[in-house]
Amino acid sequence: MIIIVNLGCTAAWWLARSPSSIIKGLSVWIRTNRVAGSCAVRVLFFFNLAHAHFILKMAAVQGGLVDANEEKDIKSEPANDTWANNNANDGRLPSASPGASAAAGAPEDQQTLLAVLQFLRKNKLTESVEILRREAGLPEDSLESKGADSSGAGSGGAAAAAGEDQPDVNVVLSAYSQQGDPVLYPVYYSGLKRFIETVLDCHRAELSQVFYPLFVHMYLELVYNNHESEAKAFFEKFCGDQECYYGDDLRILSSLSKREHMRGNETLLDFRTSKFVLRISRDSYQLLKRHLQERQNNQIWNIIQEHLYIDIFDGIPRSKGQIDAMSGSLAGEAKREANKAKVYYGLLKEPEIELPLDDEDEEAENEEGKPKKKKPKKDSMGSKSKKQDPNAPAQTRIPLPELKDSDKLDKIMYMKEATKKIRLGPDNLPSICFYSFLNAYQGLTAVDFTDDSSLIAGGFADSTVRVWSVTPKKLRKVKSAADLNLIDKESDDVLERIMDEKTASESKILHGHSGPVYGISFSPDRNYLLSSSEDGTIRLWSLLTFTCLVGYKGHNYPVWDTQFSPHGYYFISGGHDRVARLWATDHYQPLRMFSGHLADITCTRFHPNSNYVATGSSDRTIRLWDVLNGNCVRIFTGHKGPIHTLAFSPNGKFLASGATDGRVLLWDIGHGLMIGELKGHTDTVYSLRFSRDGEILASGSMDNTVRLWDATKAFDDLETDDFTAATGHIHLQDNSQELLLGTYMTKSTPVIHLHFTRRNLLLAAGAYNP
Amino acid sequence: VHTSTMADREERRFAEISRESVKFMAESSGVELGDDVAALLAEDVCYRLREAAQSSSQFMRHAKRRKLTVEDFNRALHWSNVEAVCGYGAQDALPFRSAKEGELFFIEDRDVNLVELALATNIPKGCAETMVRVNVSYLDGKGNLEPQGTVPTAVQSLSDDLLKYYQQITRAILGEDPHLMKVALLDLQSNAKIAALLPYFVYVISGVKSVSHDLEQLNRLLHMVKSLVQNPYLYLGSYVRSLVSSVMYCILEPLAASINPLNDHWTLRDYAALLLSHIFWTHGDLVSGLYHQILLSLQKVLSDPVRPLCSHYGAVVGLHALGWKAVERVLFPHLPAYWANLQAVLDDYSVSNAQVKADGHKVYGAILVAVERLLKMKALSLSQPAEGGSSGHTGSVVGAMGYRVSSPGLSPPPEPLSEAALGIASHLQAGGAGCPWEEWTPVPLPAMYCELYSFFGDSLAVRFSTGPGFGSYPPYAPSQLGEARKEAPGPASNPDTTRKMPQLTANLNISPRHDGSPRTDPAPSLTRSSTSTSSVQRSRSCSSRSGQRPAGLSRDVFPKARFTSPQAGIPAFTFLIGGRQMGRRCQGRRPFQTTFAPTPPLPAVPPRAYAHKLPVIGRVGRPVRRWACSCYSLHLPL
Repeated sequence: MIIIVNLGCTAAWWLARSPSSIIKGLSVWIRTNRVAGSCAVRVLFFFNLAHAHFILKMAAVQGGLVDANEEKDIKSEPANDTWANNNANDGRLPSASPGASAAAGAPEDQQTLLAVLQFLRKNKLTESVEILRREAGLPEDSLESKGADSSGAGSGGAAAAAGEDQPDVNVVLSAYSQQGDPVLYPVYYSGLKRFIETVLDCHRAELSQVFYPLFVHMYLELVYNNHESEAKAFFEKFCGDQECYYGDDLRILSSLSKREHMRGNETLLDFRTSKFVLRISRDSYQLLKRHLQERQNNQIWNIIQEHLYIDIFDGIPRSKGQIDAMSGSLAGEAKREANKAKVYYGLLKEPEIELPLDDEDEEAENEEGKPKKKKPKKDSMGSKSKKQDPNAPAQTRIPLPELKDSDKLDKIMYMKEATKKIRLGPDNLPSICFYSFLNAYQGLTAVDFTDDSSLIAGGFADSTVRVWSVTPKKLRKVKSAADLNLIDKESDDVLERIMDEKTASESKILHGHSGPVYGISFSPDRNYLLSSSEDGTIRLWSLLTFTCLVGYKGHNYPVWDTQFSPHGYYFISGGHDRVARLWATDHYQPLRMFSGHLADITCTRFHPNSNYVATGSSDRTIRLWDVLNGNCVRIFTGHKGPIHTLAFSPNGKFLASGATDGRVLLWDIGHGLMIGELKGHTDTVYSLRFSRDGEILASGSMDNTVRLWDATKAFDDLETDDFTAATGHIHLQDNSQELLLGTYMTKSTPVIHLHFTRRNLLLAAGAYNP
Repeated sequence: VHTSTMADREERRFAEISRESVKFMAESSGVELGDDVAALLAEDVCYRLREAAQSSSQFMRHAKRRKLTVEDFNRALHWSNVEAVCGYGAQDALPFRSAKEGELFFIEDRDVNLVELALATNIPKGCAETMVRVNVSYLDGKGNLEPQGTVPTAVQSLSDDLLKYYQQITRAILGEDPHLMKVALLDLQSNAKIAALLPYFVYVISGVKSVSHDLEQLNRLLHMVKSLVQNPYLYLGSYVRSLVSSVMYCILEPLAASINPLNDHWTLRDYAALLLSHIFWTHGDLVSGLYHQILLSLQKVLSDPVRPLCSHYGAVVGLHALGWKAVERVLFPHLPAYWANLQAVLDDYSVSNAQVKADGHKVYGAILVAVERLLKMKALSLSQPAEGGSSGHTGSVVGAMGYRVSSPGLSPPPEPLSEAALGIASHLQAGGAGCPWEEWTPVPLPAMYCELYSFFGDSLAVRFSTGPGFGSYPPYAPSQLGEARKEAPGPASNPDTTRKMPQLTANLNISPRHDGSPRTDPAPSLTRSSTSTSSVQRSRSCSSRSGQRPAGLSRDVFPKARFTSPQAGIPAFTFLIGGRQMGRRCQGRRPFQTTFAPTPPLPAVPPRAYAHKLPVIGRVGRPVRRWACSCYSLHLPL
């Protein structure tokens, strides 16, 4: 839904209509079409001002880059289309924290608002100004004074609030337009290089971080200013110096040599709009600053100021190893503040189930001939879950669906199974069953198991989804409506009677998508199946009728992954449009949109307590989002390739991630730290799964192996270390070999999914790949 | 983009499209472009292509594939609002051809006859249904329950029809009726629906070990292998390993059947060796490292002196069948060591040794054939790059490989002169301990020839000097050869120096018994030759001369000799078989430095049991093709 309004009337009208209760922020996307002589404004709503800010900057930069004459809709960002949907969010989550009345809180937010107001005023949208001002609760004079300030200062026209570390719009607009002598660029660069090579060892590693962003920006500046040959020479000369893990980005960069190419290149857009974040110790930073000021090296200093965000910390400079562990993402490391928010990673209290549990239990016990033993055990389990974990979110932090009787029965089944669970450990490794997809000539792209391991579903590149029953129980459809009428609804076995025996088969095919299916997920109650596809939709299928119930549209671009919440009802999806969306099965529009990734979202996972979702992306970062308010609460950097799989530990404390670089990284969610690196795979890791008690981490990869890792040890080793949580500087020991418990080859079958049954048997799945 | 010429720029990080291509394409659609416009366009097209390739890779990644497909690329185009390029979705690789004039590459775009396609009677059957099968791979994280390579017990449950088919086929093949067997084998070769039965057939074939006393059964099983391998609808996958091990068994093992000298297990081994090479050349890519494994096991057998000679024979023919490179890498370096053993066997004239000695001759013959082809092919491979495609020799190339082409029943693809795709070099590092993989360096042809000559003497030289490839041998070679031989220690001044290259021994070619039956080979007439006899005929100078001699001249000898022979009646000639007296590396083979007495073969001599197996070594001048036909004729009971 794109809202393009002619300035003057509609914008104001639209603004006026928007319910004030949900306005936490507002941003205006400005596209001035000077040729046409009229202004079009895209009005977008955000409930998160930080995002608004980001977008504003993006808009500004873009506006600056686009030549006035050639103004066209450059590859309209998918975000535009969909962010507008956000007005659908109001009141979806009843318990959502009362939207603070506008952004009065953070000064930064206010500045953004002021900038917006400023713009509206300039374009003589007095009505809109008035409304927005009222809604935001700003005093009239604040705008006046600010406006006077900026109009006095910014003779160039556009103006915005200027924070000390916040470049004003003016500067961003002219990014890259200022330039020095192109011939001097290599001189500047090698001058800095010489300097950094001569500083003390302890500072060298830190300062070397500057090379890559500097290199890229200098190159882009050259390209932008049409110095093609100089740019090429510059690239040739210095690209060899860059860290090898930036190779992919450098390849893209080198392919571009013209100003026209920069338009629409997403990677570049990211680079220009987001500041590259570096963490540098104060000493090292001072050293750099002094050097640059002494040399009057304004060119480099400008770039550092404009395009780099240097996160200065007090303390000992980091070593090369520490830096390498954390860098590699598209936009540098995460700022330290980004990981400071409190995350309630604890598990929710298990609901107490007293139902006919006893009867069934008795039967089971009688069969086993141990009538008494179990009772106390059950009690202890109950009491354990009754204790409230201090790190757990409030039970009602987000509304969760009530348990149905069938869910309770399932829980009982789960507990029963859990008592038969095998305790795994380094000496007691799980057995592995491999589910091979034979004759999958059309290409198997995604696999999922139900939690009780009774069904397996495969998504295929030919747009189909196939469901198989793994147990002898066949898949049956519900009878037709006419037949259902004939059923005695009072009978005990009504659930059995509604099934149509004639339709029983081992597998069912679900047709509906019009592109490869990239992600599938069973609902916890096994009644639904979600599938996300290249056609931009997510479909919800009923496993009772084996038909499609809903097609959720909103992504407009390929949807790479989707997953049901562990409690059902909600699901998360992410795709090429870089926005993750939270949906509820009974709403056709998303409840939340999580934007912030700089490249495709490749995988999405729900936290076991359903209060958070994690997304992995091609920008090589992992973000953790709060479902309640849509905030990004964690940013994890350290992978050197697109992330393709994520897994939360069963206790909710840890996260594991696997990427195309073949490495598995472990993260502590509470502290926001990387706590382990598991090296061993030689190709993309496509699946990760913790055992039911979290002792073993299994990873499956394109290299046709399943590897088992000692998760307990990986986490324990860390807890004995003293956390340098304050600085976030971990020192990882290279103990992959000790942690690796086993490598298991498949027969020419890439492992694309892993699953631990309730008794801790490891199931792996993949298509035989002759 | 159908045509693209690679721009020859100084830096070629990416494939680039030249402005000529752009102009060319513009012209083809009726637009005239200026140079500058074309250059701009070309650059932009390159960039867009790169961009599309970049974004298409993510579709590949999400489809969890390693191979970028046309579909991925089209999806990337689709999402950047560009029309998809249709018509390239086929799974098969498109042949990329180059036009001789100009550096022009294009994809062959054949016409498809739609009528033919529509009215075709062979409507393709639907593909097998996608299914999920589970197996316990690792129990308690330990070990494979199912050892690699064995036949899974129940991959698929067989339908009744298939089961019946299986029973009928196996009964027919292993049964008595040769006609039925022929039919069964033919069906096995062409039936498209037997994929499900493959594991069972492989299992049956692996039963070779239990019927090693029955040559007939072994033969039938080998034919079954052949049929399976030739069936175009079957994907053998990792069953190749199992098939190969069965075939290797027939080649290498001292079969129970070979205890009885009357059993012609040699032919079986020959056939199995051919089959092995056929499997390797057609299906070798299915199992990684297969070539190396085969070579290793062959080498192991060869270097094991405890093994009987028939095993050694199998190893040699196996190597021979795998190509001259295999012979060069394995057999040739091993020859000096092996020679001593063989020598001992052949030198033993005791009666009790007769049987073993006959076997020894068999091995000797096989080695000779192998190294001769090695020399020939090596010379050919050296000469080919040297002088492009001199058409005069192409014929001889075919001749050299004639036996492969003419081998009945099997038509292995022509052996490439260059290293195979699964080259030996790539496996060198993986070589097991105790084998000379690591230190192997290619021996230059002259040195190799010298060494071989020291073993085989003139029986080798004849073939080499008149060999089709030798004429094109680079001219420096003979001088090198001379030098190499000068360095040779030993009887530098002994009569050897005056030896002549025995071109004329090619007269043997005219042996009246060219029906190929060696039965009446004059084994009894073997007499010891005196060194002086042979030395008269060989001379070093002559050898170098023969090297320089144009190929045509040396080839003249044959026809002449051939056609004169019939008139010669019972020819009286000397017959040189053996090597020279004093080798550089070892003792020459005395018993074969013989001159056949100028007496006709004595028919009175009772043919010994093994006589018909007596070596072919005497019939040196014979064209390869004929020789191959007689010795390598397949035992075809069909």
